Amino acid sequence: MSEQPQFTIKVDQNKYLPAGGREVHAIVSVEATGPALPSPAAVDAAVVIIIDTSGSMSYPDSKLRAAVAAAQTAVDTLRDGVEFAIVSGSNSAAMVFPQQPGLVKATEGTRQRAKQELKRLKASGGTAIGSWLRLADQIFDARPGAIRQAILLTDGKNQHETPDQLNAALARCAGRFVCDCRGIGTDWEVAELRRIASALLGSVEFIRDTADLAADFRAMTEAAMGKAVADVALRVWTPKTATLKFVKQVMPSVDDLSGKRTESAAQAGDYPLGAWGAESRDYHVCVEVPPGEVGKEVRAAWVKLVVPGAPGEEAQVLATGNVLAQWTDDEALSTKINPRVAGYTGQAELAQAIQEGLEARNKGDVDTATARLGRAVVLADQAGNEEITALLRRVVDVVDPATGTVRLKRDVDKADEMTLDTRSTKTVRTRGAETPTTRKDETVPTRRGEG
Amino acid sequence: VTDDPTADAIEGAAAAKPAEPTCPVCGEIVYPGYVFCENCGHRLGDPPPAVPGEGGAAPREGATIRQSSASLARRRAAAAGTRPCPECGGAAIDADGYCERCGLRQPAERDHVEIGLPAGGGPAGPDANGSGALVAAGASDRGRRYSRNEDALALAAHAAGVVAVVSDGVGSSQRPDEASRAAADTAAAELAALLDAGRDPEDATRAAALKAADAVAALAASPAEAPSCTYVSAVTRGGALTVGWVGDSRAYWLSAGRGGTADTVREDTRPDATRPDGIGPDDTEPNTGDTEPSTGDMAELGGSRQLTEDDSWAAIMVAQGALTEAEAEAHPNAHVITAWLGADAGEVRPHVATFRPTGPGTLLVCSDGLWNYFPAAADLASLLGGPGGGPAEGPREGAAEGTEAAAGEAPEGAGDSAPEGAARAAGTAEGGPEGGPAGAERPDPAADPLGAARTLVRHALDAGGRDNITVAVIPFPSPPVPPRTHPESTEQHR
Repeated sequence: MSEQPQFTIKVDQNKYLPAGGREVHAIVSVEATGPALPSPAAVDAAVVIIIDTSGSMSYPDSKLRAAVAAAQTAVDTLRDGVEFAIVSGSNSAAMVFPQQPGLVKATEGTRQRAKQELKRLKASGGTAIGSWLRLADQIFDARPGAIRQAILLTDGKNQHETPDQLNAALARCAGRFVCDCRGIGTDWEVAELRRIASALLGSVEFIRDTADLAADFRAMTEAAMGKAVADVALRVWTPKTATLKFVKQVMPSVDDLSGKRTESAAQAGDYPLGAWGAESRDYHVCVEVPPGEVGKEVRAAWVKLVVPGAPGEEAQVLATGNVLAQWTDDEALSTKINPRVAGYTGQAELAQAIQEGLEARNKGDVDTATARLGRAVVLADQAGNEEITALLRRVVDVVDPATGTVRLKRDVDKADEMTLDTRSTKTVRTRGAETPTTRKDETVPTRRGEG
Repeated sequence: VTDDPTADAIEGAAAAKPAEPTCPVCGEIVYPGYVFCENCGHRLGDPPPAVPGEGGAAPREGATIRQSSASLARRRAAAAGTRPCPECGGAAIDADGYCERCGLRQPAERDHVEIGLPAGGGPAGPDANGSGALVAAGASDRGRRYSRNEDALALAAHAAGVVAVVSDGVGSSQRPDEASRAAADTAAAELAALLDAGRDPEDATRAAALKAADAVAALAASPAEAPSCTYVSAVTRGGALTVGWVGDSRAYWLSAGRGGTADTVREDTRPDATRPDGIGPDDTEPNTGDTEPSTGDMAELGGSRQLTEDDSWAAIMVAQGALTEAEAEAHPNAHVITAWLGADAGEVRPHVATFRPTGPGTLLVCSDGLWNYFPAAADLASLLGGPGGGPAEGPREGAAEGTEAAAGEAPEGAGDSAPEGAARAAGTAEGGPEGGPAGAERPDPAADPLGAARTLVRHALDAGGRDNITVAVIPFPSPPVPPRTHPESTEQHR
């Protein structure tokens, strides 16, 4: 990485709290702008493709054929010089290409050989995703400074290792590489794959039609090669007397980062964000501060985008932003909710309502499922999220969208339910239209003399 | 923010001596954070009294204390990491001005400012016309609602009196804080210089207002982006007071005569230069050439009253008889001003009026952050002690609830309220202590002008502090001898 892209942090919030108010909410938007991005060829990148070759991949056989074709497309997409490897996973992980654990630079020759090796894949055995990730981690170990991106494709549940084994593998791999996860067929578990993707800062998608898999793999590979900075983190400072309630990614998808905090400096913790390209992501930060007297202003959080240095080194600060709190007795100020905070709060609740509703439905808890999915219908409508609204209507019959009165459908296509579950965390961008609050309208031709 | 080399020099001295256990002039014990000695009023940041003739500063500069000086030392010390956070005591303050431990935004230099102008026109000291008594003082505060103080205040001494200027940045303009700062500093310096050069006070007042207008207009980067502000100046000279204003910042006369809190004969006291419509600029009879203002066209000043008439929508409505004063004050447009300083102000035509008090009293200059809560001269007088002060009714909760102002301050058209206002004012002056704000001290402005200024600001804060609050207090006539400064002098009014 010879140069850093230009990062900006923008904070949307209503800083005004009523007397006695404690909770400060802000949307922190982090964006890397294009022009200053280094050319992709200048960036070190390593990609590991993990293909599920458990026995179920051959029922039907089209799954394995689609997976092989998608992996071949990904290999074709690799730019010359990007290092890559291909892993097959069943009860344990095995190298597909190269033969020994390690990375190979992409050239015309290596791409052809890799594609030949992919053709020879056979499906047999079980599913032990933790072991697959450990092999990927071993492969990436050689390239600590590079953009490290794994692509994981599976069609099944993690049945052939214990949950503890998977958790241990996730703990080991977290922060060491990013992993985008893809499920095909309807025998995998959305919540499980979401947990893996979340731990490894990647995305999760359900590829319902295997014909779409190749295009998706191409897109993921291109995105990986578009990254400009390998490891960035959100560093959040809070006052000594304050409590950081949560840090959530809210765009492009909802993901609570609170549990990923590592203490990094005095009164500050780092939340790893993985690699960053020409993209923007939004975060919802909530801080509880001790109430101050009317008129007092405090910095409730100081948010920095950093590249954490090696142990003992200073972090490189790419951008900073302030989350403020000021107490006022003016209710017109303190009761106003920032529209972006409100928008993302609603979308986060929507994701939760869908996930809880579907979980209750699968457990046979009809009352909870009806209530939560009904709430989801209301929130999706409020957010203007038409995709989710359409997906919800495949799971429930909507009696009254305004009140969220719904009936669970009797027969639901499993794939519809899994699509809804997977898409529940995807957010639509909320744009603020906040008007300045401290400046009074100008009256022409006279003017207000109030400050 | 300041470009005043004198202030810088003063600050340097203050920063070099952060902890001064006793006043260098009178020996009284002083506490950290005090700007002035409580006993003698010596400005504690000042160097010890110099041997006469020592030092290169002109006498005038030593007495001209600008708003920015009072708290700049604190700010600089904070920047240097020597002044702990007032909230948590943390030592690290980052470049954005927030405490790195508790997050408190550190007080800006203009958030709260107090200024005292020592007697004598030279460096304060035992030889300098006595003991460091203050001939004028002022205080300015951010208030409780706004994030910064856009008011500005400047005091200066001239050879035969005092100059005070208050300016209130127009909130709907760009950089209003810079506008008010430029207006106050420019005008105070110009007034002092012109008066020392022998110019007539009315002429000097007008010229200084125009120079301030030019300074504010020069701040505009474009016509669409014009920093702007109100303006009010007050000058004492000999036995007369001259005020000049543009906008809705005000000057009041608070008579020290007990019970004499309102004029009942408005015709005799109106500034003759102000036209009956109440909005016309005064541009007549500048009295040029006189060294002492003639008394021929000068209003006699008896009881407490407002000396200025707002350039405001409310004042026009009342003057035209379209609304009562109460209705106008309650209207959303109440604080829309019709004249201001700024590049978009058109031709600036300052109002100027001169008065000759018939007895001692206090000249009060303030922004609307004070008078919104205490619009009547009697209300203001009731907050202060001394012979003319004393309790009246409690603070009026906002102008919206204000009814008739005391006579003598209402613009033309509200004249029929005069007898009632006078009666109320006279009556309240006799009221007992229980009628006043509970437990409030009422310093005598003649003896303790800084205490009086501080008290008035405190009352505006207690009443809500919706706007920036700025007040200058000028005892009249200037105390010729060291005044009594012991607390006993005010306790009789409690």
